[in-house]
Formats: sequence, structure tokens, C-alpha cells
Amino acid sequence: MMGSEFVALSLPPMLIGVLAAITCALPGNFLLLRRQALIGDAISHVVLPGIVVAFLLTGTVAALPMMLGAAGAALVSVALIEAVRRMARIEAGAAMGVVFTTLFAAGVLLLEQSDTSGVHLDVEHALYGSLESLIWLDATGWSSLLDSVALAGLPPELPRMAAALMVVALTIALIWRPLALSTFDEGFAATLGLPVRALGLGLVMLAALAAVAAFDAVGSIIVIAMFICPPAAARMMTDRLSRQIGWSVAFATLSAVIGYVLAGYGPLWLGFDSSVSAAGMIATVSGLILGVAMLAGPCRRRAGAASIA
Amino acid sequence: MVVRDAASRRPGDLALSDRQRQSAVSPPPALAVSGLTVAYGEKPAVFSVDMTVAQGTMTAIVGPNGAGKSTLLKAVLGLVKPLSGDVRLFDFPLSRVRDRLAYVPQRASVDWDFPARVVDVVLMGLHRELGLLRRVRTEHLDRARACLARVGMEDFANRQIGQLSGGQQQRVFLARALAQSADLYLLDEPFAGVDAATEKAIIAVLKDLQAEGRTIVAVHHDLSTVRAYFDHLFLINTRAIAAGPVAEVFTSANLQRAYGGRLGEAQVAGMQADGVQGHEGP
Amino acid sequence: MIWQALSLQLGYNATLVAIGATLLGIASGVTGSFLFLRKRALVSDAVSHATLPGIALAFITMVALGGEGRFLPGLMLGAALSSGLGLIVIGWMIRNTRLTEDAAIGAVLSVFFGAGIVLMTVIQSMQSGRQAGLESVLLGSTAGMLRADALVIGAGGALVLLAVLILRRPMLAVGFDPDHAAVTGINVARTDLAMMGLVMAVTVLGLTTVGLVLIVALLIIPAVTARLWTDRAEVMVALAGVVGGLAAYLGAAFSATAPGLPTGPIIVLASFTLFALSLALAPTRGGVALLLKRSRFRRRVHRRQGLLALGLGQPIHENFTLALLRREGMARADGEPTQQGRAAAAKALLDEARWAALRADPAHGLTASRYDGLTPIETVLTPDQIAELDRHLPRLQGVT
Repeated sequence: MMGSEFVALSLPPMLIGVLAAITCALPGNFLLLRRQALIGDAISHVVLPGIVVAFLLTGTVAALPMMLGAAGAALVSVALIEAVRRMARIEAGAAMGVVFTTLFAAGVLLLEQSDTSGVHLDVEHALYGSLESLIWLDATGWSSLLDSVALAGLPPELPRMAAALMVVALTIALIWRPLALSTFDEGFAATLGLPVRALGLGLVMLAALAAVAAFDAVGSIIVIAMFICPPAAARMMTDRLSRQIGWSVAFATLSAVIGYVLAGYGPLWLGFDSSVSAAGMIATVSGLILGVAMLAGPCRRRAGAASIA
Repeated sequence: MVVRDAASRRPGDLALSDRQRQSAVSPPPALAVSGLTVAYGEKPAVFSVDMTVAQGTMTAIVGPNGAGKSTLLKAVLGLVKPLSGDVRLFDFPLSRVRDRLAYVPQRASVDWDFPARVVDVVLMGLHRELGLLRRVRTEHLDRARACLARVGMEDFANRQIGQLSGGQQQRVFLARALAQSADLYLLDEPFAGVDAATEKAIIAVLKDLQAEGRTIVAVHHDLSTVRAYFDHLFLINTRAIAAGPVAEVFTSANLQRAYGGRLGEAQVAGMQADGVQGHEGP
Repeated sequence: MIWQALSLQLGYNATLVAIGATLLGIASGVTGSFLFLRKRALVSDAVSHATLPGIALAFITMVALGGEGRFLPGLMLGAALSSGLGLIVIGWMIRNTRLTEDAAIGAVLSVFFGAGIVLMTVIQSMQSGRQAGLESVLLGSTAGMLRADALVIGAGGALVLLAVLILRRPMLAVGFDPDHAAVTGINVARTDLAMMGLVMAVTVLGLTTVGLVLIVALLIIPAVTARLWTDRAEVMVALAGVVGGLAAYLGAAFSATAPGLPTGPIIVLASFTLFALSLALAPTRGGVALLLKRSRFRRRVHRRQGLLALGLGQPIHENFTLALLRREGMARADGEPTQQGRAAAAKALLDEARWAALRADPAHGLTASRYDGLTPIETVLTPDQIAELDRHLPRLQGVT
């Protein structure tokens, strides 16, 4: 099982899953602390109208226009949510609900119109991807990792995801101090001259980048789960931000690996002959990990004195 | 600056102190606010307020609930946008002198469940030096610990902030401000909801800062300690009511104008008596 | 064609669909407004996504028992059970851990949905003949609402409305002020439970027609729209029902005019249009009204400050103030007051002095709180009271 077949069929998807999970978990830590966890929910839903518009404009289902469409939709929705929130003076959750459901409806409508054009847009793929299909046919074994010819045949999602992870990780490494500061005490941060609004916006942009990069490989469902579950589980384990980020990366990796293995091999072990959705299983496993952390994590309880309501 | 002589005072005008009249020869005031109006929605919280704070003084901003005290502080710090008016700190606009300010906000404005230790919060005060990428070295930790020692919290350095009591949290906030080595300290209700020991510790630190020539401005909630803790007073109730040295301004007439029906005669008389007996703070 | 649709002349089926949709729209608008009042709008998103594993399990169970997989009431039961479980988990997470509400909602939403997807792929590989279409659960029925569904949904919607009618007093009280409601003896926890139960019912009803995501729209958008028109809770709830019903009616009618138009998205877009119009035009909280109010307020503040400065012979610094006073004939270009301006300034100073006297007098405690720097004192005191106040004026510093 761990031979050439593994390298060709299982290693790339597993790696892509791990990279996607970590790319989402990193900004998810800060979204969680800022009580903005659901912005990931909103962004994931608007991916659909984004790719539909891209499809209608370009007529293809190629990756680049899809991703640009998704990115555009994310930006538009963030702007609209803020506009609705201010103008209607409602809470953020309601504003998100208004915007992303409407954009989603527009996407569905456009989708129905586009179905007549012959090329079918795979909605299910947008939702939970097809991680299992991102295989590396050019690989013949572990030695292929050093073979530049074989490496050229890697599924493009892998280098794409790796690039996204690098951008997100480097940016967070760069701005984590002012980000933490403005999350903890925004007034104090503002008096230091920190650009608190830009920081908040930058964080949301990072999340959007992660979501867009990930959705093509793993679909948008995983994205929401990875924004929230590994960081939430990490919060149960420690009271220090740096360690929380570390734990979230570990939990994200674990979810991706275990989820992928269970999805691919679980049914086989149980006697069935086909696999189940890897993305769904990864999300489910991350939930189980969170469940264990909530029941047994050392720092799971709310802090005692004077925590704000 | 608006020039004002004794003949042309407005209603609710400020009682000018000697120091302010000689502003031409003294160093610039730590804080000079003129015509400041801040409104949330349709109701002005602060209306056309002038305020001057000389360097080296310790001023209390006092007034009833909802009088605009916190709003005034926040407008000075640029945290809320005023409808009109001008703020100058050491005769500069805010953006030029941020490194000379330290802000101690109300405790309730912060989520104390945030994953940070006490020393992490104090290190935030060193942000200007640490910047984005510089590593936290021993010297930074030493300075943070020194600030904690000044407020009596050196044993709590590694404690998670959510585990602290109200008074301990307030001291940590003060330690963070100390780490900033500022010339002007602006505190929002620093003594609210803290135990007696913490209150003593905080006022001791503030008096030390004043002795070093720094300026303190604090929104203060407790009338009974104004005389003991502060040397200048600014009374506000949406409009500026009175300002100047505590001895001159802390009168029953002024308190009456600021608090109106909300302050019993007896209460005022009681506080006057305290002052007459020469009750000076630590 | 559109007028025929709107007046229900397009045939029995279309009429039934329109009525069914309208009842659903009213029910979801009303139910969603309670959610909105309790500031839990996005719990509806978790409820709807958490139905998926239940639907899948119900399907599998029914097939395993030898029946037809796509038996609607059975699927609805499964949906209700798993979303109920999701709600329980959310509540547990908030009470027992340091996680906040948004984290709990998002975690349940994504994990339950992920588990549902897994089960869906299990179904897709089952040899079962008829398969539950994942796409239709997510996106709604593309063929528009079927007649049989319309009956179920309409009846369900009517039942939900009946329940709201019965429970409206406690739900309104809790939505408006839960602490006060608890003090008056209302069991807040149980009322919240009832509210969530109704949300679940509406979600399950709307699932097959408008789909998972769009039922959330019907719960949130009418409530937000209604909020723009009124500040009173009871009116808001009723108005949300009207908006929801109207949007559903318009959407169903419109989608009946063309075969390729799916009902769900059209209804949602109709409700968003109503929201956008309200955002711009609503009298007190609409965008246009707010802009007008804000500029009017700004002028009042600057006028007052300007007049007071004129009256005391002080120079005016801000250009805006000066320009305003000049426009109104109160000052000349050099900042000096006109005749009219002098009179207005004197009046402003007198008003200010009277207010200061009022605020210092313990007898007028309540009235003093009305002070906002702009309201003339004549609007809160009688001429007798003002005369009384004037007698005390020379005692204070100021101008007579």
C-alpha cells in the first residue's frame, strides 16, 4: 500500500488536503478570536456565484477564470456586507445572511440559465471538490519525487495550494503582532497608530485567498470547517496565542490525513467497494477532533474573573 | 487659540487658572481642546467643549453618567470622529505625537478571554520598539517585568489574563502604559471596581509619574477622592462646566451646575467638610 | 403574462404553488424576525445545513426498510432530528466551553454538513434505483414547486403561523428584552426552544422547494427589511410576514411565467429587491432619510455654536460655521454679526443661560436630562416656569 501506488494515487491528494487545511486554519485562528468565524461561511457560499459568472463570461471551466471569479465574488460580498451592516445598522450576522444568500440565489439563477449552453458546471464539485481525483499519473514510486520530468505531471492544484499557503503563512508571520494587538484591544491599538481597519480587512482578504485557492481542490465545505474547527480545538488546548496557532496547524494536518484515509480506505475495510467524499470526511474528522478537545482540552473552560459578556 | 478675557465669558465658561493665562511664556499645554463637539446619532455627547491641561498636572475629568467624559477622552485620542473642534497635544496634532501618549482604556472594553499572559499584555506597550519582526529579547522582558514590579504584579507575569481579578487587570493595564514611557497618560476610570489595595498602588504610581514631570488626565468616577488624588479638575456635563485647580473649582456651586438634581445638598456638604479638614492623599 | 400570473389566472397548479409559497413566505418572515430580535440570525444557517445528515440517514433507513427513498415526510423527519441535534450541540458548546456563538454555529454547520456529504456519497454508490438528488436539496427544486409539495408546504406554513399566534406574547417579550421577560415570569429558555422549533419547522418545509441556502434568505431578509420601517417589535414581526409573503407571491408568480425559472432564487431576489428599496427609501431609517437627518443635525449644531460665538464677540474658526451663518443672514463676510444675527445670538445666549440654571436646579432633575445643546427651553417649560427661572439668572455667571 505504501509503494508506488501510494505515491501516485494517495500522496498528492493527501498533501493537497493538508496544505488546504493549514492555509485555512491559519487565518481562522484570528477570525475566531475576533468573533468573525462566520465570514468564512459567507465567503464559501459566494464562491458559487463567482464561478458561475466567470463561466458565463469566459465560456470555459478552466481553473484560472474560476478562481478569479471566486476572488471577485469574495471581495464584492465583503464590501456589500459592510455596506449593509452600516446602512441598515444591523448586526454582522444578519448583514452576512442578507448578502451571501442573495448572491447565492443570483448564482443559482444564472446557473439554470447557463445549463442550456451545453457545458455543464459541476455544482457538487464546487461544494466538495474531488480530492480523490487529483492523482499523479506520472509517478512511478518515491523516486519520482526527484525526477523533474515526472514532477512536471503533478496535479496543478498542488503547487497552487503550496503557493497560497506560502503567501498566507508569510503574511501572518509578518503581521501577527499588530493583528493580535488590535484583536485584543482595538482602542489601544488605534492610539498606537496601528491601522486597525486595514488589518481587519487584510485578515478577511487572507481568508478569501485561502478559500479561493482551496475550493477548487477540496470544495467550499472543507473551507468553513478548516477556518473554525482546528483553531477552535486549539483554543481548548492552550492559553497562549503562539501555541494556539501551532496546535491549529497540527489539528488541521491530522484532520486532513485521517479524513482522507478514512474516506478512501474506510469503506474498503468495512467491506464496501467504493470510497466516500474525502472533503466531507475531512470536515467530519475535524469536528470529531474538536469534540474530543471540548470534552478533554486543558483550557476548555471560559476564563473565570471578569470575562466580557 | 481663542483669546478670552474676563468680560467676554460664555455660559458654562471655564475658570481659567493662572498658569493658563501665562501660556505665552510657559511650555505648551499637554492638551488643548477647543470647540469640540461629538455626537452619536442625534444627541451631542460633548458640545462645544474647551479644555486645557498644563504639563505636569494631574487632572480629573468628572461628571454624571452619560456626561461625555469617556467620549471626550476618545475624541482626544482620535478614536471617535468629532462633529467640530480642534485637538492639539503639546501643540501638535495627534498624528505627530502618538509616541508621547499612553492610553489606559476601561477594563470592560477588552475580551479578557484572549490567549495572552500578563507579560504579553505589557509587551504590547513596547510595540513601537518591537515593531513587526524584532524578536522579544531579554531586555524587553526585563523592562516588562520592571513595569509589572512597579504595580506590584511581578509574580503574575505568566498568568493568563482571564484568571486575574478586576484590580489585577487594571494594574496590568497600567503596567502596559508604563512600558510606553509616555509624557501624557490618559486613563478612563482607572479606579472603577478595583479593591482598596489596587487603588492605593495605582495612585502611588500616578503620583510618581507626576513627580517625574509627566501629565496625567483621568476620567474619574468617585467624587470623594478627587481632592486627595488630583490637583486639577474638569467638570463636564455635555458642556464644559468648570475647570481649574481642585481647590478653586471643587465647590458645591460648580458641582450643583454639573450634577443638577442628582447630587444631594448633604452629599456636597459632606465632601466640602472633608476638604476643609485637610484630607490629602498618599 | 405577468399580470395573469399575479392575478392567479395561470391555472390550478400555478395558483396552488403561489398560495403555498406565500404561506411559506409569511411563516418564514415572521419566524425569522424573532431570530433577528434575539440577534441569532445565522443560527438559521446552521439549522439548515445540519439537516443534511438527517435527510441522508432517513433516506438510507427507508430504503433499507424496503421502501421508497424519496418519501417527503420521512426525509423531513430526518431533517428535523439532525438539525435539532445540531441546535443542542450549539447550545452545549456555548455553555460549556470558552467558544463564542459564531464559532459554535460555524462548527456545527460545517461538520454536520460534511457528515451529510459523506452520507450522500454513500447513497450515490448504493444500488437503490431512485436517488435523492443532492443538488436539489442544496439548490432547491429546479422544476419549480410541485403541486403535491405546495399542499404540504402551505399546510405546514399555516400551522407555523398558528403556533406563532399562540406564542406571540412570550416570544415578543423575550425578543424585546429577555431579562425583563424573565423578571415577569416568562420561561426564557423554553420560549427560545419554541422559537428554534419553529425555525426548524420552516427550514424543513422550505428545504425541498427553495433549498438549504435560500430558506436562510427567507428567514433573514424580510426581518431586516421590516426593521428599516419600524422600531416596534410587534409591528416589525407582522411587517416581516407581509414582506416575506409578498416576496414569495411575486417570486412564485414571476417564475410561473417561464418554464426555465426556478422558484427559489426568484423569491429570494424579490425579497432582496424589497430590502434594497427599503434601505434607500424608508422614512426613519432609510439611507436617504438618514443622510438628510445627519446634514440637518450638523447644521443645527454649527448654527448654535456660531450664534453663541457671535453673541460673545468671539471669532469663528470653522469655515462651515461661518458659511452657514452668512447664508442665513446672521453674519457678514468678515465674521461680524448682522442686526438679525445679533438678535438671534442674544436669544441663543439667553436660552443657554436658562438651560444652565435649569440643570443646576435639583427640582428640575427630569427635565434637565432633555438637554442636548440645541432644543430651545420654550419647548420643555411653560412661560410661567421660564419667568421663574429668569428671576434666578443674575446669580449665575453669564449673560442676561
